[in-house]
Amino acid sequence: MNLVQLNPPSPDPKTAPPFPAAAKIDLRDTQLRRNIARATDTIQRKRAALVEEKKDWQALRDAGAAIRREALRNLDGYLLQFEDRFQAAGGTVHWAANAAEANRVALDILREHDAREVIKIKSMTTAEIGMNEYLAQHNVTAHETDLAELILQLGGDQPSHIVVPALHKNRQQVREIFARSMGLPGLSDDPEALTAAARQYLREKFLRVKTAICGANFLIAETGGVTIVESEGNGRMCLTLPETLIAIVGIEKVIPRFADLEVLLQTLPRSATGERMNPYNSIWSGVIPGDGPKNMHVVLLDNGRTRVLRDGIGRQTLQCIRCGACQNACPVYRQTGGHAYGSVYAGPIGAILTPQLEDMRHAQSLPYASSLCGACYEVCPVKINIPEVLVHLRARVVDRGRRKLASLFDQERAGMMMMAAIFASSRRYEAAQRLARTAQRTVRHGDAWYHWLPGMAGRWTETRDLAPLPQETFREWWQQRRRS
Amino acid sequence: MVAATEAIVNGPGMSSRERVLERIAKANSKAAGVPESIPRGYDCGSTQSTDETVALFERRLQDYDARVFRIRSNEIAARAAEILQSGHRQRIVVPDGLPTAWRPAGLAWIPDDELSIDVLNAVDGVMTGATLGVAVSGSIVLQHGPAEGRRVLTLLPDYHLCVIQAAQVVETLPEAFARLDSARPVTFFSGPSATADIEMTRIKGVHGPRFLDVLLVED
Repeated sequence: MNLVQLNPPSPDPKTAPPFPAAAKIDLRDTQLRRNIARATDTIQRKRAALVEEKKDWQALRDAGAAIRREALRNLDGYLLQFEDRFQAAGGTVHWAANAAEANRVALDILREHDAREVIKIKSMTTAEIGMNEYLAQHNVTAHETDLAELILQLGGDQPSHIVVPALHKNRQQVREIFARSMGLPGLSDDPEALTAAARQYLREKFLRVKTAICGANFLIAETGGVTIVESEGNGRMCLTLPETLIAIVGIEKVIPRFADLEVLLQTLPRSATGERMNPYNSIWSGVIPGDGPKNMHVVLLDNGRTRVLRDGIGRQTLQCIRCGACQNACPVYRQTGGHAYGSVYAGPIGAILTPQLEDMRHAQSLPYASSLCGACYEVCPVKINIPEVLVHLRARVVDRGRRKLASLFDQERAGMMMMAAIFASSRRYEAAQRLARTAQRTVRHGDAWYHWLPGMAGRWTETRDLAPLPQETFREWWQQRRRS
Repeated sequence: MVAATEAIVNGPGMSSRERVLERIAKANSKAAGVPESIPRGYDCGSTQSTDETVALFERRLQDYDARVFRIRSNEIAARAAEILQSGHRQRIVVPDGLPTAWRPAGLAWIPDDELSIDVLNAVDGVMTGATLGVAVSGSIVLQHGPAEGRRVLTLLPDYHLCVIQAAQVVETLPEAFARLDSARPVTFFSGPSATADIEMTRIKGVHGPRFLDVLLVED
């Protein structure tokens, strides 16, 4: 019996509408906004309580950031060390420069084992490369086994959060999807009943399907180890029951030493799900005699990551350990949810990762999808300065635009050039203030704020009011004071 | 569709491996920055007495709805029999190296002799030892030695009876990593399998064992 096997296309930043347009549509969905607010509030509350009790939290963040920076600084050396150890333990390492290569490598392995079906552990990386659709086109059915991913797959939906991809769905919506696709019309909407239905639906697949695909949270250079962090046990099923296992892993996921996990396994679960430890962690290397898969492959994926590495400011993006804390903390994400970002990576981390992976050619609106409030930086367990990268990427977007001839006649550019000239000299600055005050007198009555401005400046007053210029500026007051 | 549109273009004779490595070397020659040592100012040792650590471990396990029984080493078999019989669990899988003195008579012990997954899926439970306990997070760590068995053993059965010595319990994660053998596989489990994927409501027992009993041996 082959029930619904929809493969909703992964969101593609190359074709996605700009963030403001997409957000406008999602903001009208009050159910979606209620679900997202509820879920992010819950995780944030749990996280805050557990961070509060860790008196050494800032020291753990410092250590985590340094570990990740060090891994990136010697990335080639650590990857080669990983490759060497992992292959010595009986595994095989493949390298993929882009999405197409990674998908092809995986398909070749599946064909070698005559696999028509695979079971999958939740993996953002395989979503990034559109693996499920690729496999479907080549007649391989991929079964997602993470509960949230199963909800999305059966519902023909897209992920909206790194850690809890279906957080935009409530229990009634999940019930509808399960009742329809599992043929259980009498199913209740109690989360316990829904979980039990998923357990039964998936158990048959775990016991039958002989090939699995996963990602990895960390690769360990020192030991050739692969680390998978999870809650449900679907991961352990996929890691131990099949005969063949393929891990698709971004090259940035490597860490230098086994003992580095003593830091990251404290900060990741607290940041991601608000738990002191998530229910299961698995660490192993290669093939374990008499235990689990006999064929173990790791595909190391670049797909734009080395491009990010080239940028002195942008490269800290690759320190990310995919905890999703920045999404839960972000006042923009908390209103729009993840779909508006047009990428599997949503929220603040997505706003800096996606445009860089796309070489700033696509997703150019994402660095602006932020108020630069800094909440994301504050919660980041590896101290990625997301606001710094956002501002840097905004400059890169502007720089790209500047190369176009049309930009010579651009109002914004002309305005900015004028501002630059004014700010460059105090004499000019003071003259401009006097001039503006004089001009203001001709259009204003009393102390009212501006609700409307002409031309391009009108974009400001579309969404906020502007205070009038004061009768006396600070500089004037200061000079007056010195004179008297 | 992200994948198919991007053509595979490799330089002549250049493998993807060489290509990616070259790109990394180039990127890092430009932007890598100065070496730095890892600041390890976080808590690496225990701050409390052994008794307090064991009590914390017990409390954390109970928070996960696990049952904890504090016993003496000569009571293991008797308490195991009592617990298994009162739960009507008869067919119990054990790893080959589980001490025979721990297995009470009168139960259907099934030694793991390369049992098929269908057999493992149908038993009433599994009884194993453990490598370590971590008090702060209520985690039990297995390194899959002779008394712990292969990884799937503690995954498919719905019930796990785990024997751990108080001396195996450490307070913090760094203490645990100092004791672990990095060359062997590691499985951490912290309470029964769980999900919060539906409305952030924590539901016990998605795929792993739903029920965990711990015999905490105090001598």
